[in-house]
Amino acid sequence: MKGWHLFRLFTREMKKQRKRIWLTVTAIAWGTLSIILLLSFGEGLRRQLAIANKGLGVNIVILYGGQTGKVYQGLPRGREIRFSEEDVNLLKEKIPFISGISGEYDLWGVSMTYQKKTLTERITGVLPPFEYMRTHFPQPGGRFINELDIELRRRVIFLGNDLKERLFGDEDAIGKVVMVNNIPFTVVGVMQKKLQMSMYGGPDAGKGSIPASTFKTLYGRKYLNRIVYQVQETGLAPFVEQQVYQVLGRKYRFDSEDEKALGIWDTIEMTQVMGKMLIGIQIFLGVIGALTLLIASVGVANIMYVSVRERTREIGVKRALGAKRSHVKQQFILEALFIAISGGLIGGFIALLIIQALQGIPVGEGPLQFLGKPTFSFPIALSTALILGVVGLLAGYFPARRAASLDPVESLRYE
Amino acid sequence: MIEMQNINRVYDTGRVKVHALRDVNLHIKEGELIAIMGPSGSGKSTLMNVIGCLDTPTSGRYSLDGKAVNDLDDNDLADIRNRKIGFVFQSFNLLSYASAFENVELPLIFMGMSTAKRKQRVTEMLARVGLADRMDHKPNELSGGQQQRVAIARALANHPRIILADEPTGNLDSASGKEILQLFLDLWKAGNTIIMITHDPSISENCERIIHLKDGMIENGAV
Ligand SMILES: Nc1ncnc2c1ncn2[C@@H]1O[C@H](COP(=O)(O)OP(=O)(O)OP(=O)(O)O)[C@@H](O)[C@H]1O
Ligand SMILES: [Mg+2]
Repeated sequence: MKGWHLFRLFTREMKKQRKRIWLTVTAIAWGTLSIILLLSFGEGLRRQLAIANKGLGVNIVILYGGQTGKVYQGLPRGREIRFSEEDVNLLKEKIPFISGISGEYDLWGVSMTYQKKTLTERITGVLPPFEYMRTHFPQPGGRFINELDIELRRRVIFLGNDLKERLFGDEDAIGKVVMVNNIPFTVVGVMQKKLQMSMYGGPDAGKGSIPASTFKTLYGRKYLNRIVYQVQETGLAPFVEQQVYQVLGRKYRFDSEDEKALGIWDTIEMTQVMGKMLIGIQIFLGVIGALTLLIASVGVANIMYVSVRERTREIGVKRALGAKRSHVKQQFILEALFIAISGGLIGGFIALLIIQALQGIPVGEGPLQFLGKPTFSFPIALSTALILGVVGLLAGYFPARRAASLDPVESLRYE
Repeated sequence: MIEMQNINRVYDTGRVKVHALRDVNLHIKEGELIAIMGPSGSGKSTLMNVIGCLDTPTSGRYSLDGKAVNDLDDNDLADIRNRKIGFVFQSFNLLSYASAFENVELPLIFMGMSTAKRKQRVTEMLARVGLADRMDHKPNELSGGQQQRVAIARALANHPRIILADEPTGNLDSASGKEILQLFLDLWKAGNTIIMITHDPSISENCERIIHLKDGMIENGAV
């Protein structure tokens, strides 16, 4: 009951100094807003990049031919290593941890015609595992290249969604015939839109894929441009890499320690590095946000100290009228708590509104794809709440302790 | 009611020690009206603060209502100030942002009185000092004499046994001063114990007993 009366007294006195209270609440709200926005942008960035990373494929490694860098079994250095389709089968047979593999042929400057429209585009010749390895998933109603296409060397083509857009516009493409360097191909599928960050040769959305067997026959290629394989588990990549060197080294007679003989692009390693970088960015943003909030809290603590000094005489009067040290202390702690909580709530609320609004904006292409999706998450809420708690304590406890420690007679003498 | 034996109060300011009270012996009975007089710096306010449990003596024994004050902790002293003592200051010491009503209400809040009872008590006290029609006025909307009357109502609110007033008329013109003195005399007649510091002989001549202080010692009026 007594606590309630004191609380009423507290609220009454808060009302008398509305201006000061709102200023400090604004400082805390601002700090909270910054920390939540910074962390949420970081989180959005992280999620978008994680999705974009999958755009190239999950757990994939890209293998190029190289030039030997060491003499080996009487053979000179500088020999070119090139792969053929047999190597794809060889690797698949010898290395069980490879969960998917495909060779890839490239052809640039292909003329592609549909009705009256002719474009100059790029096509690749691939195997069916490309679908899941390199995320070439078809839109509903279509399909990717399958085993039968390979076997029968069918003239079928799977279009990237941008390419389809350029060639067909809004028209349905599936089942239509396009002329590729004057040879008719039937469209069997169109790729689903995806966010792709890393790429070679250009975005997947802008090219056409045809069966590797068809490609080889039509364009008379002997060598693949590259081999793409997927490992079963992230951690296996270095081991599989070693095996690849051994298997191919035996066949083409190069030292399995000779790194230059093959070119390897390990996207897994890249993903891991990027993951660490992202955590770094998150921490960086979090620290900036936390510092902003801490500075705000130091400001609040400072204002509270001034307020304790300004109200020294008032504190003395209250003590003379029978207020205990704890009453005086409670008042200042309550005040700081009120400031921290209401500032936190207001800042958090505004931050959520901003995040909501930003998520509604279509982001389109370019850098906004990554930045335009701030995401509020539970860990963010938790860390913000924790920091706010520290802030409240900092801003309230020390001034309150000072107020309570004042000697009543001294306080009454204070001018 | 007030028993003081060999009370000393020494302020230790670091370089010098100020002996504000020296071996003070004092007895005050319930219902007395006492004036404390003496030159500036003689220790009047210090003595009053010790009596009011706002300050504690450096040495000596002090008992209030038969209870030894020396042994009490900070919270107990706050309770005594709340329930047994009413302070009136020269400079009123009202909270500037609070109305007359809210100022008088303060000690009742610290006591833990319920809202309804508080309202009744505050109204009663303000009526007693003749300010029933000024309850919602802020201190700066009141004259000096009226402000001091609010302060007296505040001092009376908890029905204390003793009223301590440190130069209550020091900041007032003589007419308002007379009104305040009359108020104290009425309170005394109603049975309150009143101890007043004053420099004004026209006030002290109304008192039964005058305590003269000099250099922290009581010259006369100790018993
Ligand atoms: N907090 C303090 N620190 C140091 N010395 C003090 C303190 N308070 C009072 N004194 C000293 O103690 C002595 C008595 O002071 P006190 O205030 O009791 O005098 P007073 O009789 O009330 O004077 P006045 O009539 O001017 O109010 C003075 O010499 C004063 O300087
Ligand atoms: Mg004095």
